[in-house]
This record gives sequence, structure tokens and C-alpha cells, in this order.
Amino acid sequence: MTATATIDITGPAPPAATPPSILPLVVEDMSFAIDGRRLIDGVSLTLEAGPRTVILGPNGAGKSLLLRLCHGLLTPTGGRVTWHGAGAADTRQHQAMVFQKPVLLRRSARANVDYALKLKKIARDRRRAITDDVMARTGLAAVAETPARLLSGGEQQKLALARAWALKPQVLFLDEPTSHLDPAATAAVEAIVEDMRGDGTRIVMTTHDLGQARRMADHVAFLHKGRLLETTPAESFFERPKSGEAAAFLRGELRW
Amino acid sequence: MNAFSEALATAIALLATFDAALVEIVALSLRVSLSAVALATLIGLPLGAALALHRFPGRGGVLVALDALMGLPPVVVGLVVYLLLSRAGPFGVMGLLFSPAAMIIAQTLLVVPIIAALARQVVEDLWTEYEEQMRSMGAGPRQALPAMLWDARFTLTTAVLAGFGRASAEVGAVMIVGGNIDHVTRVMTTTIALETSKGDLALALALGLILIVLSLSVNGAAHAMRRHAAKGFA
Repeated sequence: MTATATIDITGPAPPAATPPSILPLVVEDMSFAIDGRRLIDGVSLTLEAGPRTVILGPNGAGKSLLLRLCHGLLTPTGGRVTWHGAGAADTRQHQAMVFQKPVLLRRSARANVDYALKLKKIARDRRRAITDDVMARTGLAAVAETPARLLSGGEQQKLALARAWALKPQVLFLDEPTSHLDPAATAAVEAIVEDMRGDGTRIVMTTHDLGQARRMADHVAFLHKGRLLETTPAESFFERPKSGEAAAFLRGELRW
Repeated sequence: MNAFSEALATAIALLATFDAALVEIVALSLRVSLSAVALATLIGLPLGAALALHRFPGRGGVLVALDALMGLPPVVVGLVVYLLLSRAGPFGVMGLLFSPAAMIIAQTLLVVPIIAALARQVVEDLWTEYEEQMRSMGAGPRQALPAMLWDARFTLTTAVLAGFGRASAEVGAVMIVGGNIDHVTRVMTTTIALETSKGDLALALALGLILIVLSLSVNGAAHAMRRHAAKGFA
């Protein structure tokens, strides 16, 4: 590394101007089929800016598929997914996704964050400031130079979140981000997600952990066999679910 | 048997005294093979990675051809390069035939398919793991390619070593395009072939020993690299 004349101690520079929102996301009668099997079947959903949405459902309900279709990693075989916000011309730049099993590059923890920023063509000095900031905020500063693949499972998922946070996404999709983690790491991940929400990021996550859903949901979207059976405010979902399947799921009795 | 032990004693003496003729031959061999492998790496790694990441019509055929080229007999490559570089050939005016440059070209052609085919396999496996994350961050195959090569670096090193093993051991291609001219294009393998047929076993044996040591070192390095890679860095 070359010596630099100045050291940035002020943290990341404030964003020049908040870019226009890409939300709302409107999903209309969306289907996704493989070999004629409808894995997602006629889902309609609108995600406005603001509250946190938790997509709930048993294994195999299609939660991960729904998330990937919204994020644009998969193309629906029927229906439409459209971003309607003023900033919707450039949606890829403003969303991020954290996967069940974090995919980290074979380089140091901080270099993983740096790589994501470099893809967005952010200048070196800014990259360094942003990286330092998110490493500190996710509690990873001490392991910043450690090869990412040597971190613990919890640290790896925190790093995946730090990488997503560095991108300042307007929307963050999380696909069962804590299903491989112990309770302490789960709590840490939930705290980071909460902090990101405080920074103005719209949270959309899947889980089959009811405790987590109760902690993190403002809205619940309940998915069963590829169909969206209800989208309701979390409180009323847990108190008085509308569909019989959701009620059975909450009692732990749902068969599929 | 007596003749053999005498030859072995002479061979060891040649090695121990850094015999000038021996050193000259070893140096040329290394120059040719290392240059060829360097060129083949520059061509083969990006080529293999591009084949791993991109989908296009006819890709299956290209992959079959590439795998088949891995096993190409060196004499055939030698013959093709000979035809290209001979006076009547398309590149005849360059006057490269029977020069070290011609030998480097032939060995490069021999090694590119090995490095490209192995790199294709390695990068494709890695891409199945990385694709969603990369696309999520806005990187398509083109943007992701350098990172894929970098992340596969330890495994790819073994591909390059395999290429070096092939280049340093082959005799057919360098014999045809180099001509085995003393002090000009005589390398270890061609010298062994010539000296053995002349019945002069000492020099052949000395060079044979060096090739064995070289082969052991290359495979030892590849093995160490795989163990390093398995630790989680790669």
C-alpha cells in the first residue's frame, strides 16, 4: 500500500443527494414454473416504502423463489414485476440481497466490501471510508483483514450484511439469513438489519422461524404451495390469521 | 550392467561439475518451456474462464474440442507448426523454423488447451456458487471474470503446473520444429533421444535425472497448492 498524505477520520462523506426511490414494487399475477410445475402461482403484491415485510410459510412454499423473482435474479414465467418509483430507471443499483448461506469472495473481509463498492465504480478513498464505517458498525473491525472464508458462520453472515449495507440499498432482500446461526449470532444479525432499517432501507425477508417473524415483521405475507394466501399487518396475522392454512401454520400443524 | 553403472557415474559427475554442455541444454529447455507456459497462461486462463461464464450456440462443441485438444500428440502439433513456419508456409517469411521461437510457439499450442480446459472446469464450478451473489451486486459474467480467476487462483496454479509438466516432458513437437541443432535448439528431451540412440548414455542419464527431479518438484508444488487451497483460502 502506498503512503497517503491525509487520513480520513470523518467517516464516509454524506451522500450528495438522496436518490429518488425505486419503490413501490408491484408484483402482478406473477407465476414461475419449471417443467410445467407452478412453483409460484398467481402472486400479486405491492411493497411500499417503509414497513418491514416478512414472507412466512412452510418449507417448499416458494419463499426463496418469490424473493429471487422480486430481486430480479429469476424471470417470472407469467405476470409482471415492476418498480414504480421515480428512481426506477436504475433499480439494480438500489437493491441488495443477503442469502441463506453467505457467498464470500476468497479475500479479506474488508476486500469483500471493497469489491462490491468497486463494482459500483466508487472512488478508492470513498470506498475505504465506507468500508471502515460498515465494518465498525457490524462489529467486524477486529477481523477486517482476516480471510473471509476463515470467519465463523455468524461473522460471515455479518460480513454479507456489511457488504450489503455499504451499498446503501433502498431495498434489502434477506433469504432466511439466520437459519444456520446460533441464537447469539441470530440476535446480532437481527440488530444489524434493524440498524439498516434505521438508515432508511426497506426490509423484505423470508423466514420459517415464527419467533423471528414476531420480532421483525410489520407486515406478514403468508405463502403456501406457491400461492400468497394473505398479506396483513403482523399483529392481526398473529392474532387472527385469515386463512385456515396460516392458522394451522401458527399452531405448528400445517401439512403440505 | 557395467556399462550402465559407468554411465551413471559419468552422469553424476556431469551434474556435480555443472558441465557446460549440460547447463546450456537445461537452460534452453527451461527458457523454452517457461516462455511457452507463460504465454499459454496468458491465453488459456481468460479463455477457459470466458468459456465457463458465457453461454453461446455451439458451446458444447467447443468444450468437446478443447478437451480433445488436451490429448493432442505433440508430433501432430509439431507437424502443424512446421507446415505453418516452413518456407512455403503462411509464416515462412519470418524465418522462425528451427529456432527456439518456433519451439516456444509449438509448446504454447500444446499447453493452451490443457490450461484452458482445466480453467474452464474450475471456474465453472466456482461460478455455480457465486453467480447469484455476483448478479445481485450487478456483476454479469464479463465484470465477474477477473474476480473468478483471482478467487480460483490456487486451483488454477495447479493447471499451470500441469501445463509446465506437459511442456517440459514432450519431445515430438520440439524435435520437429527445432530440429535438435547443437547449441541452438537442443533441449533435454531431444538430447536424451539422440544420445540414447547413439549409445552415449551418460549425458542422457544426467538429463533424465534432472527431468525426474523437475517432475517431482512440479507435482510437489501442485500438491502443496491443493492443500493450501483446501484450508479455506481458495
